[in-house]
Amino acid sequence: MSIQTWTFIIVGITFALYIGIAIWSRAGSTKEFYVAGGGVSPLANGLATAADWMSAASFLGMAGIIAFSGYDGSVYLMGWTGGYVLLALLLAPYLRKFGKFTVPDFIGDRYYSNVARTVAVIAALFVSFTYVAGQMRGVGVVFSRFLDVEVNTGVYIGMAVVIFYAFLGGMKGITYTQVAQYCVLIFAFMVPAIFISIMATGNPVPQLGMGSSGTDGVYLLDKLDGLMTDLGFSAYTDGTKSTTDIFFITAALMLGTAGLPHVIIRFFTVPKVKDARKSAGYALLFIAILYTTAPAIAVFARTNLMETVQDKPYTEIPDWFTKWEDTGLIAWTDKNEDGKIQYLPGSAIEGKKPMFSEARGTVGQRLILNSSATRNELYVDRDITVLANPEIAGLPNWIIALVAAGGLAAALSTAAGLLLVISTSISHDLIKKQFAPNISDKKELLIARVSSLFAVVVAGYFGINPPGFVASVVALAFGLAASSFFPAIVMGIFSKRMNREGAITGMIAGLAITSYYIARFKLGWIGNPETSTANDWWFGISPEGFGTVGMLVNFVFSMVISRFTAPPPTEVQEIVENIRIPSGAGDAVEH
Amino acid sequence: MNASQRKKYWQENLKYLAILLLIWFIVSYGFGILLIDELNTIRLGGFKLGFWFAQQGSIYVFVVLIFVYVKLMNKLDKKYGVNE
Repeated sequence: MSIQTWTFIIVGITFALYIGIAIWSRAGSTKEFYVAGGGVSPLANGLATAADWMSAASFLGMAGIIAFSGYDGSVYLMGWTGGYVLLALLLAPYLRKFGKFTVPDFIGDRYYSNVARTVAVIAALFVSFTYVAGQMRGVGVVFSRFLDVEVNTGVYIGMAVVIFYAFLGGMKGITYTQVAQYCVLIFAFMVPAIFISIMATGNPVPQLGMGSSGTDGVYLLDKLDGLMTDLGFSAYTDGTKSTTDIFFITAALMLGTAGLPHVIIRFFTVPKVKDARKSAGYALLFIAILYTTAPAIAVFARTNLMETVQDKPYTEIPDWFTKWEDTGLIAWTDKNEDGKIQYLPGSAIEGKKPMFSEARGTVGQRLILNSSATRNELYVDRDITVLANPEIAGLPNWIIALVAAGGLAAALSTAAGLLLVISTSISHDLIKKQFAPNISDKKELLIARVSSLFAVVVAGYFGINPPGFVASVVALAFGLAASSFFPAIVMGIFSKRMNREGAITGMIAGLAITSYYIARFKLGWIGNPETSTANDWWFGISPEGFGTVGMLVNFVFSMVISRFTAPPPTEVQEIVENIRIPSGAGDAVEH
Repeated sequence: MNASQRKKYWQENLKYLAILLLIWFIVSYGFGILLIDELNTIRLGGFKLGFWFAQQGSIYVFVVLIFVYVKLMNKLDKKYGVNE
């Protein structure tokens, strides 16, 4: 059977499964809609959190980023897992004990202030919208590649499916769908990885295969380092970023992870404090399976690519190469006109994407118009690493179709989690808490559903018309989460003295300095471009890592201001005393 | 639970956090970033040790840390009678 037939079958079955679960688990009350009734087992919540967390970027993009950046890619591996330790130890159990529905709920109540709540709502909406646009785009891309439809049609199909289960089930529907989606995505990720590890090293465990030797008896990593340094790349295991920058980026990703609202709210769904701790452990375990496999795939893929193409005549290149060339994600420009592929450091093209002319070259390659002055002749879009790997390894068609289903599961599960945060922020934090405190449960549920519909439409719009800066704003999302939510929540739990004035000033100062830095050095929106280059970074910290500085600024401002203003009222201090003791968490309640 | 017991419970909790977060810091920022050049002179099969910590080892330790924390806290909760 062809790849396309297999894709129809496997994607069809998984979608039917998701919709079936949604119908079975539809929500009847706001409590079920917001926190799945608070009755999710720690294991199920761990699975759902893992699916919620691992997006199209983790599934499709991360192995590729690591393959093309080597050691530098470690920032994502450590950053996106280490945050769960912070979450489990510093946030999850206490927020579960606090027992409300949302992150702005905690900020608003702990700091006895609607201003604080509003700052939190705005930050939550911004972070979630930034993220969700990328997910809907991911859905569209996977569909277009495997079902041969337009990217936009793919986005519409994705929207329809998400609307179905987010609208019907709220958190309850999303949770149980995510459990199924985790199973699909991890199976789809591991199967090709295991096959490729066996082929490369004879070891079926990719994590070990990565450190094993191939048929020639040379360790894979040593071989790759050698291949790369011979050609003038820096060694795979060394990387190119400065130690300071690696440190700050890793920290910003960890702190941002722990501060992301769609991850935090997952811990409101379990029955007890002790379950919140345990389910954070399960979540990280399930995430770690993918995150420790990704660097192995990266090593196999990079070695494979370099050995397959280096100095090979274009006419003898395998099929997959020309197939991806047809999609425009691989391009080759024969700069020295020897008919062979030279893959060297530097970009083969000017700008970000190759621009193809209609013509074909002497050996049948697609000619490109924006060839650069470097000697490198090969352009490879790093996003194809995971998708192309099974083809490169010559695995059967059903596995390739499975990868497509896995990519969709990853993108849809994350999109659904984010949409819930958006709809909750609107119906609960804004309408119920600020404008119409007396609405009935039934009415709030209706508003929540309408807001989720609205959120899907907005997300779909951004998926179809992605703002040019989508990739850059992900740095912003993590930076903002790190510099606003993380310090505000941690101090709310660990410092009884922290008050309204301190927390609000801290959040605003952290948000302001981080936004300024990213707007100037990443987006180029403000400041003189001449003095906003990488050489002008403060302390050599890249915009991706600046959230760490934002967090420190937040802490300093909060500490200082709170010392010079009145301590929080006694009843708030009692709240803090109370959340530190795990017993009596009860259900997540309205008020 | 009276006030002094609450305080004792909280102090012990903070002590656990300090120890676990110290390990968290050492395996990632220490072994994987700051001390990587020194550790890379040591080998673990086909891996340089620093590189292994950055791309594999730190993640395994993170998982273990959370489960150790769960265990410690469950015991602590029982000791102070605040378990459920």
